[in-house]
Amino acid sequence: MKILVPIKRVVDYNVKIKVKSDNSGVDLENVKMSMNPFDEIAVEEAVRLKEKKICNEITAISIGSAKSEETLRTALAVGADKGILVETEENVQPLEVAKILKEIINKNSPDLVLMGKQAIDDDSNQTGQMLSALLGWPQGTFASKLEINEKKINVTREIDGGLETLNMELPAIVTTDLRLNEPRYASLPNIMKAKQKPIEKISPGDLNIEIKQRLKTLKVTEPPKKESGIKIDSVQELVSKLHDEEKVI
Amino acid sequence: MSVLVLIEHDNQNIKASSLNTITAAKKIDKSVHAIVLGENCSKVGEQISKCEGIEEVFIADNSIFKNHVAENISPVIFELSNKYSHILAPSSTFGKNIMPRVAALLDVAQISDIISIESNDTFVRPIYAGNANLKLQSTDSKKIITVRTTNFEATKISGGNGKITKIEKKDDPGLSKFVKNELNKSDRPELTSAGIIISGGRGMESGKNFSLLEEIADKLKAAVGASRAAVDAGFVPNDYQVGQTGKVVAPELYIAVGISGAIQHLAGMKDSKIIVAINKDEEAPIFQVADYGIVGDLFKILPELSKELDKIKS
Ligand SMILES: Cc1cc2nc3c(=O)[nH]c(=O)nc-3n(C[C@H](O)[C@H](O)[C@H](O)COP(=O)(O)OP(=O)(O)OC[C@H]3O[C@@H](n4cnc5c(N)ncnc54)[C@H](O)[C@@H]3O)c2cc1C
Ligand SMILES: Nc1ncnc2c1ncn2[C@@H]1O[C@H](COP(=O)(O)O)[C@@H](O)[C@H]1O
Repeated sequence: MKILVPIKRVVDYNVKIKVKSDNSGVDLENVKMSMNPFDEIAVEEAVRLKEKKICNEITAISIGSAKSEETLRTALAVGADKGILVETEENVQPLEVAKILKEIINKNSPDLVLMGKQAIDDDSNQTGQMLSALLGWPQGTFASKLEINEKKINVTREIDGGLETLNMELPAIVTTDLRLNEPRYASLPNIMKAKQKPIEKISPGDLNIEIKQRLKTLKVTEPPKKESGIKIDSVQELVSKLHDEEKVI
Repeated sequence: MSVLVLIEHDNQNIKASSLNTITAAKKIDKSVHAIVLGENCSKVGEQISKCEGIEEVFIADNSIFKNHVAENISPVIFELSNKYSHILAPSSTFGKNIMPRVAALLDVAQISDIISIESNDTFVRPIYAGNANLKLQSTDSKKIITVRTTNFEATKISGGNGKITKIEKKDDPGLSKFVKNELNKSDRPELTSAGIIISGGRGMESGKNFSLLEEIADKLKAAVGASRAAVDAGFVPNDYQVGQTGKVVAPELYIAVGISGAIQHLAGMKDSKIIVAINKDEEAPIFQVADYGIVGDLFKILPELSKELDKIKS
């Protein structure tokens, strides 16, 4: 079975970003970038399926600037076999990401696409669902458990009320939630080996995809800051504040 | 053109999230329609038709819609879409699962998780875990939108008299089959619409210790939430998680207990009206957003809090 894992290079989750003073966007100069954490979970799951011999080939794909090659190398170091970089300096929004992925899928025919539920920069949470609709494939979003049985897969999903399990036939799209697994770190020897693994480079134009800015950025602002509060010594005082002053209890 | 709202419900009752979404829809256009897809869900349709301002309610009653499988629901919305300029759903796991499919079928972008409506094509949404707000303009002919429900009031279920239209049986696309669900039953209010929330983090140390929070929640009629660390450690189920990638809440009062206040957690609760933090580390970032902070051991403070609450309630 072949697995495709789309990965996005994003601001590291530990970075507290700053809005540019001209309100045109977020300042990403000299900021630490990493693989989107949900995509790390997707790569890890693919590698585990390979270790269980359910999968025999993992392709990682990233759409973004030349620097996304680093992110692909990280996936290769963890256990992906090869990479595809769809290189563009433009900001690619989810529908176009999904269209690019669809073209790649039509060429590579994977049995399973494992991807993140959400990229932590734009917080869109769309691409997997869009891709699944474009391909007419089943979708198992926000997955916390996978059970693969020959050509069928059971996906346990994290939903607002608890958990839900769906059964679908492969090929399918699965998007990962936090509890699916705990990603490993790449070992030094594997990081070295990853340098030899192949990365194919193409452009959106090669796939006849036109990048559109359907959602135009007008202004990026910092959310209003909260005034800092006060420290209170006793529980009694807290309760009286909440009861008598704030009247929230 | 009218606006269509996809209603979230459990086949019996409307979810509060739908009522907030209707309010958002009314800000876009006076003419609001709704669609209810489910099984034996006519009661939900009747409730919606009574909401003020709802002109028409479509009800698609069929076993294939019972469990809200996205592949089954999205084509029905797609088929209705040509009459509408905007289609809205709550930004819950229900809406997030379905709406991007509708957008892709229509070949338009989805605008996720809007917090304000500036005009028919201009919206504000949080990005980077709420550390920036993006004002954007959509150039697509149709707007597919999910709504951050905490930013819009709930529409009342009264004063309306919408026309009810049944949608005929559809064929099962047969892509995903529902196997089972494990829903956490609770008599407490739902997190996303609760007036008071008390949440626990890794500092709670075990699932058993959450009973300390539950005791207080009972007294305050509050919902119980958690940080990711508490969920990952198995103290509480996944649907307790508040944050960037969990639930977004904005109650009148949010009490964070043994939670450090990572950006991802703050993203889900910083719009709460009053925030109280209980943490033994006075440097914990949660204190930067707290209106009232108590530095100390939660195992000492929670029982005291419970006792003090008895005093004001008696
Ligand atoms: C992709 C991604 C998505 C994420 N999404 C979310 C999300 O949606 N929601 C979320 O919450 N997190 C999320 N996180 C995780 C987040 O980064 C933090 O790791 C998490 O919020 C920490 O949880 P915590 O505050 O309970 O634990 P910790 O950071 O370990 O804090 C525990 C706190 O308890 C205090 N404490 C310990 N013992 C006591 C005691 N006896 N009395 C009083 N205080 C005590 C400590 O001082 C400490 O401040 C996400 C992370 C990633 C990478
Ligand atoms: N530029 C990209 N390159 C590769 N994968 C992407 C890209 N953007 C989004 N994805 C994938 O889609 C998932 C969801 O992203 P989003 O819909 O933007 O929140 C991510 O976790 C990735 O798996």
